[in-house]
Amino acid sequence: MALWTLFGLKRGSVTTSWPEGPGSDGQDGVLGMPRYEPGLCDEGCKACAEICPTHAITMQPPAEASTGSGMLAVDYGRCVVCQLCTEVCPTGALMPSSDWAFGASRREDLVWAHEAGPMRVAKERRGFRRSLHIRHVDAGSCNGCESELQALNNPFSNLHRLGLFFTPSPRFADLLLVTGPVTNAMFEPLRATYEAMPEPRWVMAAGTCAVSGGIAEGGYACGSGLDDVLPVDLYLPGCPPNPAALIEALLIFLDRMPQRLSGGRINHAE
Amino acid sequence: MSRDTHLMKSRTSGADDAASAPPLPPENAVVEMQLRPDELVATTRRLLAEGGRMQMVYAWWSAPERLELRYLVSQARGKPFMLWRCTPDAPVPSLAEICPLVGWYEREVTDLFGLVFENHPEPRRLIFHEGARVVEPPFKPDYPPGMPITVEGQDHYVPLLGGAGDDVQLLPFGPVRADVVESAEFLFFYVGEQILHYHPQLFFKHRGMEKRFEGLDPAAGTVVAERVSGIGSVAHALAYCQAVETLSHCTVPPRAQWLRALLAEMERLYNHLHYLGHLADTTTLKVGQAEGKLLEEQAKQLNAQLTGSRFLRSILTPGGLRRDLFPRGWLGEKLEELRAEASRYIQLLGETDSFLDRLLTTGHLDGRIAFDQGATGPVERASGIDRDLRRDHRYAAYAELPLTVPVEKGGDAHARFKVRAAEIDASFVMMQRTLLLLPDGPVQAECRPSPDTQAFGWAESPRGSLFYAVHVDGEGRLARVKIKSPSFSNWRVFPFTVHDSNMMDYAINEASFGLTIAGCDR
Repeated sequence: MALWTLFGLKRGSVTTSWPEGPGSDGQDGVLGMPRYEPGLCDEGCKACAEICPTHAITMQPPAEASTGSGMLAVDYGRCVVCQLCTEVCPTGALMPSSDWAFGASRREDLVWAHEAGPMRVAKERRGFRRSLHIRHVDAGSCNGCESELQALNNPFSNLHRLGLFFTPSPRFADLLLVTGPVTNAMFEPLRATYEAMPEPRWVMAAGTCAVSGGIAEGGYACGSGLDDVLPVDLYLPGCPPNPAALIEALLIFLDRMPQRLSGGRINHAE
Repeated sequence: MSRDTHLMKSRTSGADDAASAPPLPPENAVVEMQLRPDELVATTRRLLAEGGRMQMVYAWWSAPERLELRYLVSQARGKPFMLWRCTPDAPVPSLAEICPLVGWYEREVTDLFGLVFENHPEPRRLIFHEGARVVEPPFKPDYPPGMPITVEGQDHYVPLLGGAGDDVQLLPFGPVRADVVESAEFLFFYVGEQILHYHPQLFFKHRGMEKRFEGLDPAAGTVVAERVSGIGSVAHALAYCQAVETLSHCTVPPRAQWLRALLAEMERLYNHLHYLGHLADTTTLKVGQAEGKLLEEQAKQLNAQLTGSRFLRSILTPGGLRRDLFPRGWLGEKLEELRAEASRYIQLLGETDSFLDRLLTTGHLDGRIAFDQGATGPVERASGIDRDLRRDHRYAAYAELPLTVPVEKGGDAHARFKVRAAEIDASFVMMQRTLLLLPDGPVQAECRPSPDTQAFGWAESPRGSLFYAVHVDGEGRLARVKIKSPSFSNWRVFPFTVHDSNMMDYAINEASFGLTIAGCDR
């Protein structure tokens, strides 16, 4: 045992101070949601809409196209970050980006819109800002989201430093963090977990599957994510969302960071 | 019986391709045999007597009214695979009594296709729970698309314990369990500290992923394959792409083959580092846990720096890679730093008595049970079974890499730890060799699937053997995709190490298997 104490001491601190200090978010090189630049679209080109595996990109009805949103309807709540659209786009209207921080309190913030609505001021969640307890439920994920959620407690991210904790029982939980498209077999256990939580209680849809069903949506075995299953207070698409994206979304929820996302794009000025 | 052979890599796709095609590994051929239902039992007995092993069983509709059963079989090492095809025009006997690992595959076929096997020793649902309202099996050709199979109530199968009496208590645990874990329910029948019987109720996470492929263009299937088991994205994409390449007679350029091996080993690395951290956690070695999780994080960050994805996604495609990768000049140094840290960490674990005390003799898996019940990957190699698809049915650039396959005979959690620790070392050696020998050149070849074809693809994932069977219809679209994931095999085996064991050892034993649920449930 003494061996390990010495080993740990010699290792020193490896925890990042991001986002509250100057440290790294650890996401160098990570590709996020493709950026959409409607002005660059070629007339009549449907390449991205045809290749998108989750219909995150669809063609606008002509009447809508003239209002400034361009020819495409882009819903980042459906995007699985597969980058296929950026590869087939001939003009650069859809470009790879590092925009992975897509946490938002309203579903409509995830949809590209010409007129980006004003940033929503997060509800004051008095009493929870410095201490939030999270119960996670896997409602049929691919285990990618769990891998990143588990990474939140590794020494690099060290979620506890931010006053955010995973709790074993829904009885002690403030936030229900759900991953997966909600399989039919997990529907009732998920509802039961929610019912077991004391009020006030909130729900986070983490990962594109939980937001919209993702790649597995529909079929005989699963649904389309959390909408129509539970009231969602926080959306975070991503496939999977990385640990920094999860941290940022949780801090937005607690009004400790501003939401940078509206109209389906991140305001990089802030 | 009729036989014909189709080869893993065809050389008939053009004179230029033929000149550059690598030599064909003969063990990668698939020899087909047509069997009548009444020939299955005798043929299986003969296969087992000759040291062969069943790999997977699945069904598909070869015509709208014509169901076909397909058994993929490994013969002794160095020999090609065999594919038994059987049309169920007479009652089909269950093979589970003589070849137990087949039991789950048969039950899956019953659940999804409605075909019942005669004299099945476990004639119960597997994929669907007791409460599931199955109006019609969902893989029937006329099944209404999108019609859900709803699940009502929490009914589940509870095994009966003969002669147990009132002293035996039942602990149902899950499907929502403590900590951030995947959903599954575990039933423990116990007296005091002793577990008499253990039954994992899986398939809460069944998403119908195999059905999700149907109708897609084969190129688009990779994105789905990458999301069957997130922490096995490379292995799934690789096995899938190789199946599509085989049925397209496509030869993947050498640079792509080498980079695929690099990606597959990077996937093994972060998974195995996670495994060590998790194992240290269950043995309450807190600093050891932190170190394992930290090294995993460092490996994942390297993944992102190389590919843009912490899970190495969005790179593979049928025909090669979607884009070139540039690991030269920086990755080797980073990997060497990580190797030094991992090596010191593993050495320290191996010198910690409290850690070893909890692993030695825990969760013993006998080699015979491992073979019969279908254990795969590090689990079977820790029980003395020397199998590895990277060596036995070579793919990507593995034929040219210095591959060592660590095998242990102990069969306990300690042996499983040692196998994985040795595989980490071996992975670092192969990754450095790849960086040294990585050839220049294109990373993508044209890959156009021929209509009405079928092929297998496989990969040795961090958790063991992974198979894809891919069928393409007359219009060149995916007609059926069957996935055999390593955790489907190992979940079948795992309970044999829990029955008659100690409650305090359970978490350590489970961690030592390194199971995923998403891959198993699909």
